[in-house]
Amino acid sequence: MKYLAEYRDPATAKKLVSAIASITTQPWNIMEVCGGQTHSIIKYGIDQLLPEAINLIHGPGCPVCVTPLEYIDKALAIAQLPEVIFCSFGDMLRVPGSHHDLLGIKAQGADIRIVYSPMESLSIAQQHPDKQVVFFGVGFETTAPATALLAYQAKQFALKNFSLLVCHVRVPPVMEALLNSPNNQVQGFLGAGHVCSIMGYHEYLPLAAHFKLPIVITGFEPVDILQGIYLCIKQLEEGRFEVENEYRRVVKEQGNLPAQQLMQTVFDIVDRPWRGLGNIAASGLALTAEYNDWNAEQRFSVANITTQEPAECRSGEVLQGIIKPAQCPEFGTRCTPEHPLGATMVSSEGACAAYFRYRRYQHV
Amino acid sequence: MSDLELNCPLPLQYEQIVMAHGGGGRLMQQLLEGIIQPVFSNPILNQKHDSAVVNINGSKIAFTTDSYVVKPLFFPGGDIGKLAVCGTLNDLAMSGAKPLYLTCSLIIEEGFAITDLKRIVESMQQTAAQAGVLIVTGDTKVVDNGKGDGVFINTAGIGIIADNIDINPGNIRVGDSIILNSDLARHGIAVMLERECLNFEHSIESDCADLSGLVQELLQAGVEIHCMRDLTRGGLASGLIELAGTARQHFEITEISLPVNQDVNSACEILGFDPIYIANEGAFVIFVPEHETEHCLSILRQHPLGQQACRIGHVKSIHARGMLTLQTAMGVSRVLDLLSGEQLPRIC
Repeated sequence: MKYLAEYRDPATAKKLVSAIASITTQPWNIMEVCGGQTHSIIKYGIDQLLPEAINLIHGPGCPVCVTPLEYIDKALAIAQLPEVIFCSFGDMLRVPGSHHDLLGIKAQGADIRIVYSPMESLSIAQQHPDKQVVFFGVGFETTAPATALLAYQAKQFALKNFSLLVCHVRVPPVMEALLNSPNNQVQGFLGAGHVCSIMGYHEYLPLAAHFKLPIVITGFEPVDILQGIYLCIKQLEEGRFEVENEYRRVVKEQGNLPAQQLMQTVFDIVDRPWRGLGNIAASGLALTAEYNDWNAEQRFSVANITTQEPAECRSGEVLQGIIKPAQCPEFGTRCTPEHPLGATMVSSEGACAAYFRYRRYQHV
Repeated sequence: MSDLELNCPLPLQYEQIVMAHGGGGRLMQQLLEGIIQPVFSNPILNQKHDSAVVNINGSKIAFTTDSYVVKPLFFPGGDIGKLAVCGTLNDLAMSGAKPLYLTCSLIIEEGFAITDLKRIVESMQQTAAQAGVLIVTGDTKVVDNGKGDGVFINTAGIGIIADNIDINPGNIRVGDSIILNSDLARHGIAVMLERECLNFEHSIESDCADLSGLVQELLQAGVEIHCMRDLTRGGLASGLIELAGTARQHFEITEISLPVNQDVNSACEILGFDPIYIANEGAFVIFVPEHETEHCLSILRQHPLGQQACRIGHVKSIHARGMLTLQTAMGVSRVLDLLSGEQLPRIC
């Protein structure tokens, strides 16, 4: 496949591994922001190819993992209503809420549909005028434009039986929050390539300048990731702190302007709690007041559901790079993908699940 | 973020059956090992082979059953009738049996079109006839509208195993080659694209096929086969993990050796699926001693269902719990584990 095979080429990867080793003179902590990158690193074993001095910290960029418990509980409350068809991306279905998960209530008879594209939920609404169809919009700036388009069209068609439960989040504020944390270990970022394909990377310029650390916008294939690491280490070793774009075949500095405009029309920027990380200012996207009629939180009166998250799992420390998944005492024992204590064990992009799937026998 | 709340919910235990209990992954394994097998436990069942091998008056008989609930009923490359015959024939073939007789039980939903039913039973008959087996008994039930999904089919089958043939997981030896007959994941992806009405431009057809003829050719050519397994639900990875556990061995396979059709690979990339966990209906692995590798491959490649045959790995060592590892294209080895249930499409 063009644009894939060449970025999975073992010979190119090997050359980059040697190049990285030849420029590394001291220990460095680099965080890959996106869960897709974490998945790829563990799947291909990229971290095992690197010099020991380079420590990869798996960042908070898994949308499933950081969606707050409160919103899972809201989703469950809505999905259980008999008049509702609840549409969600597939990997949200296994995320545990306070008492159930979506797969569990589906087994009890709730009408929950996995959609591959958010637009499918609009067709479902048109096919079922007697039902209330709800789309669960989660994820970063990558999936937010599709949710925005959905809301925009629902308003244009004046659809009465369609609404959205929106819990989108923004990447730059969480990067800033991590850097401001007293526990911060991160010395350089691999920026999330797909997020930047929408948002561009101008938002990162002040971040790199203020915190004096390199940010390299990076893709998802092994060669992309190694190239991103190489550029990041090179900057660190040379004492530079710039924003560089490794993922030039996809990402432009200004990003996708029509998508950004649509998001501005439909969403307000709000404060939002992140699972495992607590409340982060200006890190969320919510429907504007103009879209109240299509806001599922209003329609089903679940806005007042607030859930205190129990202090059980240590995913917050994993997401900040303070511990590796296998250093958690519950890892692989009380906490497994079948019975996750926390969301990082649920999604295939979650650091704990990736370690469990690919590394378990090295740790137990 | 200095006052971090480190948090997460309590674990969930399922008190009802969820779809993942039938998905060929870890939840299904827990259901079988925790609820079903302990109740029925006996030496024949406990061999955990694709068919039970029983001895009746000195004859070795393979005996198996399977139920088919595929949706949609008609898909590119086959239909539920063809699947119901091939699936049971393949389970028999994996023990080295020559299939002889099948049963056919139909559970039909009220309102189901007679023309569709006719197409399905004719497809069953055609597939059985090509394999040289007879469908000799059956049963028909009708359930209320809304209580079924068009039609469910159960087939059982028996076959006979030649005296000198002994193919089972217990025969797998360190050093054995692991050989695969065809490319991976075509059935699962063809059915999913059809079921979910995903409008990709593609030409993916299910690999649904009767493997018993090919297996008989291998046996007649005198290939020394230690074990075979067809790679249905859960795909290549789940089949090998299960077998490694039963055989208590460590298998290693090589990523670059695994054949996957380009359209299938593209669909998997878009949906975030790993083709080695996707269902097949005409793919199987064969364990042979290293020195039989070329012999086995040459016989396979002469057959239409074995033209892409290749050696994908080997049995590395004895291992108390059984383990499967994958040598990645980057040259790193990683463990492959059972998924919880079916793969769920990833968000992005």
